[in-house]
Amino acid sequence: MANPIEQFKIKPIIPLEVGGVDISFTNSAVMMVIAVVVVTAFLTLSVRSRALVPGRWQSMAEVFYEFIAGMLRENVGSAGRKYFPFIFTLFMFVLTGNLLGMVPGAFTYTSHVIVTFGMAIVVFIGVTIIGFARHGTHFLRMFFPEGAPIATAVILVPIEVISYFSRPFSLAVRLFANMTVGHIILKVLGGFVVALGVFGVVPFAFLGAVTVLEFGIAMLQAYVFTILSCIYLHDAIHMH
Amino acid sequence: MPQFDPAFFAPQLFWLAVTFITLYVLMAKVALPKIGAVLDERQRKIDDNLDKAAQLKAEAEAAVAAYEKALSESRAHAHSVIKEASERLAKKAEESTRELNAKLAEQIKAGETRIAAAKDAALTNVREVALEVAGATIARLVGGAADQAQLEAAVAAALKEAGQ
Repeated sequence: MANPIEQFKIKPIIPLEVGGVDISFTNSAVMMVIAVVVVTAFLTLSVRSRALVPGRWQSMAEVFYEFIAGMLRENVGSAGRKYFPFIFTLFMFVLTGNLLGMVPGAFTYTSHVIVTFGMAIVVFIGVTIIGFARHGTHFLRMFFPEGAPIATAVILVPIEVISYFSRPFSLAVRLFANMTVGHIILKVLGGFVVALGVFGVVPFAFLGAVTVLEFGIAMLQAYVFTILSCIYLHDAIHMH
Repeated sequence: MPQFDPAFFAPQLFWLAVTFITLYVLMAKVALPKIGAVLDERQRKIDDNLDKAAQLKAEAEAAVAAYEKALSESRAHAHSVIKEASERLAKKAEESTRELNAKLAEQIKAGETRIAAAKDAALTNVREVALEVAGATIARLVGGAADQAQLEAAVAAALKEAGQ
């Protein structure tokens, strides 16, 4: 049976090093580039005709646009309008990474915690900067809700601080763990199908169901990652 | 797990940054404005059509109002024309009736005058004839001419008697 961890291995394709830092072009980078190309091609070619009554592809592009615009509007309000390109990019990058990972033999960059953490920390730092830029030191009120008795500060402030700083980790780990576990399950089930021969029909049926489930998770996790980013953005703009 | 091998953190973060920024720029500068423009244009077209529909409706309502106004105006006009005409005709009829009456009265009067004249003339003739006849009769019966004054008085008396 193939090692289910094997699929997460990074394979440098073009070894590069700049100033002592390894920036090799790897199989992970290949998938990221493919994601950029796929997303850009899909979103620009589909609306090329600028049809008044949209076709199949244009409708899909419009659905993505309105879905994220609506999500941002509902969770952040009109103040979130200027962060729309970022939130949209985040969603498309995660979604495409998750879905491309479902292609057999493809590498899933969202199954790497450093990638998800990279995006989560950008969201976290960005949101913190926006919070301080909009509210100044008043933003520190985030850690101690208005109206709470001063005596509770001893408990409330540490809890709020910890929950605030755990945001990027929970954001990163949620996506990474979901993708990693899903792909391990698929690999293990695939191994069973091969190992059991004729009786492999049973795990094969199960594999089919889990594949459908994994597609659902791929979309759901992209949605969760994005909506949590929106909620953090809302906190920074409107406080509690 | 390969995920926790720090040796691959740097290249992954580097390429994540490169590809993510590239995608961000492509989305922000190319794809999203395009889709947004398409959506805006559709919205504007829908709004335009709604506006146009509302405008046409208002125009239609104005036309209906104008038509009804014109209709009621012309109805009132027709009414006044009919009234005027009937008044004028009534006046004219009355006038001509009056004229005709006057004319007829005049003619009747003239006729009566003429009749009276004719009657007088006839009466005068009758007296002369009576005088002559009476004279002649006396001459034949008595022989010789009768007294003219006596004769005239007798005729006048007889005429008076007959006239009554």
